[in-house]
Amino acid sequence: MNEPVSPIVNYLLALPEICLVVGAMIMLMLGAFRGNRAADLICWLSIALLLFAAALVVVMPATGKVAFDGAFIMDRFAQFMKVLTLLGSAIAIFMSFEFMRHARLQKFEYPILIVLATAGMLMMISANDLIALYLGLELQSLALYVIAAFRTDSVRSSEAGLKYFVLGALSSGMLLYGCSLIYGFTGTTGFSGIAAAASPSVHNLGLIFGLVFLMAGLAFKISAVPFHMWTPDVYEGAPTPVTAFFATAPKIAAMAMFLRAVHVAFPDITHQWQQIVVFISIGSMVLGAFAAIGQNDIKRLMAYSSIGHMGFALVGLASGDQAGVQAVIVYLTIYLVMNVGVFACILSMRRSDGMVEEIDELAGLSHNSPIMAFLLAMLMFSLAGIPPLAGFFAKFYVFLAAINTGLYALAVIGVLSSVVGAYYYLRIIKIMYFDEPAEKFEPMPGALKGVLAISGLLVVFFFTYPAPLVAAANVAAKSLF
Amino acid sequence: MMSVGLPHYLTLAAILFTLGIFGIFLNRKNVIVILMSIELMLLAVNINFVAFSIHLGDLVGQVFALLILTVAAAEAAIGLAIIVVYYRNRGSIAVEDINMMKG
Repeated sequence: MNEPVSPIVNYLLALPEICLVVGAMIMLMLGAFRGNRAADLICWLSIALLLFAAALVVVMPATGKVAFDGAFIMDRFAQFMKVLTLLGSAIAIFMSFEFMRHARLQKFEYPILIVLATAGMLMMISANDLIALYLGLELQSLALYVIAAFRTDSVRSSEAGLKYFVLGALSSGMLLYGCSLIYGFTGTTGFSGIAAAASPSVHNLGLIFGLVFLMAGLAFKISAVPFHMWTPDVYEGAPTPVTAFFATAPKIAAMAMFLRAVHVAFPDITHQWQQIVVFISIGSMVLGAFAAIGQNDIKRLMAYSSIGHMGFALVGLASGDQAGVQAVIVYLTIYLVMNVGVFACILSMRRSDGMVEEIDELAGLSHNSPIMAFLLAMLMFSLAGIPPLAGFFAKFYVFLAAINTGLYALAVIGVLSSVVGAYYYLRIIKIMYFDEPAEKFEPMPGALKGVLAISGLLVVFFFTYPAPLVAAANVAAKSLF
Repeated sequence: MMSVGLPHYLTLAAILFTLGIFGIFLNRKNVIVILMSIELMLLAVNINFVAFSIHLGDLVGQVFALLILTVAAAEAAIGLAIIVVYYRNRGSIAVEDINMMKG
């Protein structure tokens, strides 16, 4: 599987990343010469570039070949996750036009930073070496710090950027400390070399220490408890399209990196990392369920919701086998679809005097715009995990994987916390359908309508034809083992 | 005479790393101090890498350390830029003033 390849193939395997980075440079020049007048054009170019990269990823042979001395791997798993990430980023830019126009934030740097962050994410997904993992992660994080603080005239946005930066740098430090210990106690930074050195028969305390630090850094990136504290503030403070972006693509890429790091580099000491994953998974699910109850800001609520969802996805990781990985992949795909739909709704919560973010402003939405209310209600039911919507299947697969490996307590706690979590999703539906109607929103822009319609339809009709996704996830999961 | 070996370097790095973490959490005064603490953590990691690299007779650790230095410079630049933007909006960079959002 890991045979070396000739130098030119190195670059061919990394072609999507190279395209993104070169494209970003060209667009940067365009922006530098044309200024912010070219902002809309650059947004469309970025979307085209991201979709082009996704097409490249699809047509590329994903045979598990490694490039750059084993630092970079292109397998089915990477292929699937890269397509998800690229689509998530493209949709995030696609949904931002209207908001940016009203907020007078039409700057050409925004789509370029998203493209650069996405290039980092693709590197994270393909990383087969600690150095590649770290560099991909930093390329992503540095761009994300900047776009969190993108609204430079707003205290909240710059505070979000500052908090994200400080805690992100702290987590990078912990991840690096873990990397240094792993390197020192195995003598290599390559995942296959680490896997060979990390055998259960050798009691290697330094390596376990490094593993714990590494996982702390990774848990931060997917905002799992106890490293979640940045999430609500960053989600609330960042401009809404940026929040929509944060909730989708970076989470998927970070989870993919987490999956590969523990499964490929530490396959023989599963029991060591399994305990940690079970702990952070339970913490995330419970906190996501309880802390969201008191929230009134919908972006903050979505932050706790995403913490909870990452907890559920971690249930699949905790089971530590191929079915578990498959369940995580299915979960992330459905999570992406649900989240873009919900954020399309949040981005259209606009009155004549500006955006609103309070949940109570949704009152009587069923009266004012019945179709949007219906689709949002379906998405909320799906996020809560009510059958026969897509969110139910996502949870079903992860819990099934956990039960098949004997993690009964984890599955039971997961089901209980999803019941608690249903409360706040249902509360939104109650406000939309049964409260006194509030003032109407401005009509929904066409782009958001399209995204919401597609996401709503996928969520509602997923149960009629789940086979392609499940089969693709199965193929992707197989390549990690 | 006692010779300085790998354990000494690792202990030094561990102490510096812990100081860095405490610097972030116990500091109530100024965000710049946090930036310095982050730098301290990354440099502690570099000591670890170089010490392991010499001990193992393997160059990869030193390559990793060089890459960390580069990224740390970029990180500090971005951190300072965000702090400048924050200061323009808020008129202060005291840690206790970073409290617009809570809950």
